[in-house]
Amino acid sequence: MGSTAVRVAHGALDDVHGGGVDHHHHDDGSKTLLGFWIYLMSDCLIFSGLFATFAVLANSTAGGPTGKELFELPYVLGETMLLLVSSVTFGMAMLNMHAGRKGRLLAWLAVTFVFGAGFIGMEVYEFAKLVHEGAGPSTSAFLSSYFTLVGTHGLHVTCGLIWLVVMMDMVRRHGLDDANRRRLSCLSLFWHFLDIVWICVFTFVYLRGAI
Amino acid sequence: MSGAHPSHDAAHHGAAHADHGSTRSYLIGFALSVVLTLASFGVVMSGLVPHDLMMPGIIVFGVAQLVVQLVCFLHMGTSPSQRGNLAIMLFTLLILAIVVVGSLWVLHNMNVNMMHPTSKMMPVE
Amino acid sequence: MFGKLTLDAIPYHEPIVMGTLAAVILGGIAMFAVVTKYRLWGYLWKEWFTSVDHKKIGIMYIIVALVMLLRGFSDAIMMRLQQAMAASDAAGYLPPHHFDQVFTAHGVIMIFFVAMPFITGLMNLVVPLQIGARDVAYPFLNSLSFWLFVSGVVLVMVSLFVGDFAATGWLAYPPLSGIKYSPTVGVDYYIWSLQLSGLGTTLSGINFIVTIMKMRAPGMKLMQMPVFTWTSLVTNILIVAAFPILTVTLALLTADRYLDMHFFTNELGGNAMMYVNMIWIWGHPEVYILILPCFGAYSEIVATFSRKPLFGYKSMVYATSCIGVLSFVVWLHHFFTMGSGANVNAFFGITTMIISVPTGAKLFNWLFTMFRGRVEYNVPMLWTVGFMVTFVIGGVTGVLLAVPGADFVLHNSVFLIAHFHNVIIGGVVFGVFAAINYWFPKAFGFRLNEFWGKASFWCWLVGFWLAFAPLYVLGLKGMTRRMNHYANPDWQPYLIVAALGAAVIAVGIFCTLVQFYVSIRDRKKLTDPSGDPWGGRTLEWSISSPAPFYNFATLPQVRELDQFWEDKQNGVAYVQPAKYEDIHMPRNTGVGVVMGAFGTVLGFALVWHIWWMAAAGLVGMVAAFIVRAYDRDIDYWVPAAEVEKIERSRHARLQQVQTTQVAPVAAPQRQKVA
Repeated sequence: MGSTAVRVAHGALDDVHGGGVDHHHHDDGSKTLLGFWIYLMSDCLIFSGLFATFAVLANSTAGGPTGKELFELPYVLGETMLLLVSSVTFGMAMLNMHAGRKGRLLAWLAVTFVFGAGFIGMEVYEFAKLVHEGAGPSTSAFLSSYFTLVGTHGLHVTCGLIWLVVMMDMVRRHGLDDANRRRLSCLSLFWHFLDIVWICVFTFVYLRGAI
Repeated sequence: MSGAHPSHDAAHHGAAHADHGSTRSYLIGFALSVVLTLASFGVVMSGLVPHDLMMPGIIVFGVAQLVVQLVCFLHMGTSPSQRGNLAIMLFTLLILAIVVVGSLWVLHNMNVNMMHPTSKMMPVE
Repeated sequence: MFGKLTLDAIPYHEPIVMGTLAAVILGGIAMFAVVTKYRLWGYLWKEWFTSVDHKKIGIMYIIVALVMLLRGFSDAIMMRLQQAMAASDAAGYLPPHHFDQVFTAHGVIMIFFVAMPFITGLMNLVVPLQIGARDVAYPFLNSLSFWLFVSGVVLVMVSLFVGDFAATGWLAYPPLSGIKYSPTVGVDYYIWSLQLSGLGTTLSGINFIVTIMKMRAPGMKLMQMPVFTWTSLVTNILIVAAFPILTVTLALLTADRYLDMHFFTNELGGNAMMYVNMIWIWGHPEVYILILPCFGAYSEIVATFSRKPLFGYKSMVYATSCIGVLSFVVWLHHFFTMGSGANVNAFFGITTMIISVPTGAKLFNWLFTMFRGRVEYNVPMLWTVGFMVTFVIGGVTGVLLAVPGADFVLHNSVFLIAHFHNVIIGGVVFGVFAAINYWFPKAFGFRLNEFWGKASFWCWLVGFWLAFAPLYVLGLKGMTRRMNHYANPDWQPYLIVAALGAAVIAVGIFCTLVQFYVSIRDRKKLTDPSGDPWGGRTLEWSISSPAPFYNFATLPQVRELDQFWEDKQNGVAYVQPAKYEDIHMPRNTGVGVVMGAFGTVLGFALVWHIWWMAAAGLVGMVAAFIVRAYDRDIDYWVPAAEVEKIERSRHARLQQVQTTQVAPVAAPQRQKVA
């Protein structure tokens, strides 16, 4: 994240904050990034609800297929790597943003998009395959919670992809102004956050399920 | 607090600053994440780890990777500028723990007390 | 083309519903005509609907809440009437299916569309003024939150006339709320109206946390914030932490209903108790979300009208924070009877008893604030004292219910109904009315009429006890909640008394409406020229009433708690600055209204499975948001000259007040601290 993000978000818990006089003038960055961070935390709690549900229902396979039978770990490892690489490429994009290099920023954003889209593509294929094999979300409570948890993560990544496209267009039009920097910092937070959620997904859903 | 002001400027002028991370920090984070990911999958897939140690193993590697990504990609830390966000995150983790652990505890106890032992796994229809 | 929607969805055969529909249509036409006749559409659109001014948004929240209070209360009257009639052989006038919808709608509306908007409205109106800010952190988001909430309201109201509403109880427990047992659209209306307004609530929660964290007046430390702001902060933290869980829970229920999943069904491994567990992880913090800002309002009122600083400010802050955290570890007391066993029940029973301790500490703080104060019993103070008495009794019955053994006897009896109405009416409703009476001058520039305010208070207090004391007794006698009909004729006298109580409350609500009417009529006489009608202590009273659109011409400097009070003591409260500066303000925008409208379309389409329309609604919402993101012209500057002009006339008025009469502001009394 920049950095701007959290950096400016200091003062949040400080006792006194200076700059009160001109806080309407230019620094929406600090407010926006603090707010976005809080939003991410609330999103984190959405996932906590889904993880809790998955944990409670993980053994409720109702005689249907279990995770051990369904999950293909090498495939999941591939997905994981795509998302991880996209996280790093986004980091590269942000470094170029801070350096003010618009062209390279756009290039790295495009690379990030490709990896993110690849991840979504793999996930859609995986879901389609499961449904085709008769292990769709209606099969058992376990599969309902599996599809919902992983699908919600995928939905977030998809939203991130749409946001990415919009941001690329905005940067092309308006250049690296304050608003675009702020928004890219937020998107960066969002993107890294999704990778972190994915760590929990592959650990507690796929790996645990395969044990 | 001394660090706050220069960085404020940095944020505005786009100058490089340690808190933005650097190519190096991202690459270190990436390398560590790859290693930890492979370790997690290795625990389950390699067949070298005893069954009882698998769950603790993937949890340890998973948590380690969480920390790596928080520090290297999200630049979390205990610097004054980061404390607010860190505090918010810790509070979130507390609630998260209450939700997940609480639900598991409550429903596990209910299952033990209320569910007929045979009906638990029985498919209906 | 129209999914499940056909003309049969309109309940022609229900005379009560059709009568209401006729009244709504006629009332709507009349209102439309009046607005058109006086050419108010432009004014409403420009000054209110598209406004991003937190004060106006707050007022709109409260107006919608008052309207919905009437709707929710008519449901209450219908229930009381039915239960007063339907003993032994008599069937009453409401068929069971209709009765079930009435009690569900009553609960949903009173919590989500009355109590929540009252609270959000008050926070909007007051918090930025109390911390010396010019607006909230994200003014557009604030407008969007409001309109999302309104779209939820619209869906609930539409459900009355098109289709039906959930008949499941206000939390829609599965499997009853699953598609198998609730095949009609009622539960879908429930889900989508809550999701839309819940999204709005979460967004405004984030908005207020950032506002309070980042936009306090220069020098104001956290421990110098007014108590209302503190309680608002904790409430918004609870909102951001708890509402996501509600979103998930309802989304999973949606998946069960729409996508044939099996989270909470009876078959294929579903577990209905997981829903109950999750919804109460949200539900218990929710009751503290409602009550904490009311505690804050009482604190301000008690201190102001006892003419003393609040006793134990710090303990108040710590108690509030403790309640905030503890409210996340008590949820199971709502379903002790689920059968989790002794250990689990004991844990949650004890935490429930613990959470009553900080609340008790607060009561002592208020009492000690009043102790040896010059207590002035005007309307806000009456509500406050009424609250203290009523709420304590509600709290005591709550602790009684926290004992798992007792709860097994009383669970789902009308004793429980009496208990939570005791704390929600005695705590939240009284608090809201106290706060409305207290802050009304700041919103509109004139005070509310005292006589009708007092009349309303006494009707509510007496009516409340008449309505709910019998329910305590009936609960102990074994009457369960939500009964459309009962065989035991012994219960009927109690229920008739309860119905009378509801009638007395109705008179109280009527008195409030009269109070508004009379006060608007006599607004010249009730005018508040000083901006400080009560001799207030906090920053909102330092500016004119109604507050100028930019709130503070110059941002106040804060060095201590109750800075404004200190300034008044030292005679420096109204010093004019040598020079005014340009003020930066956000521009109004209609995007919030547009997104709310698309949200309503989306919700309605999803309820009726009209997929093309749902897609249109969703795309419309997203597109409107993106269009807004491209808009770079979102703010403007108020020239210093204009600010100066407004402030000069304000100070001229102030001068007049101070010379012609001994205003409360001019008679400061230093009190001994108890």
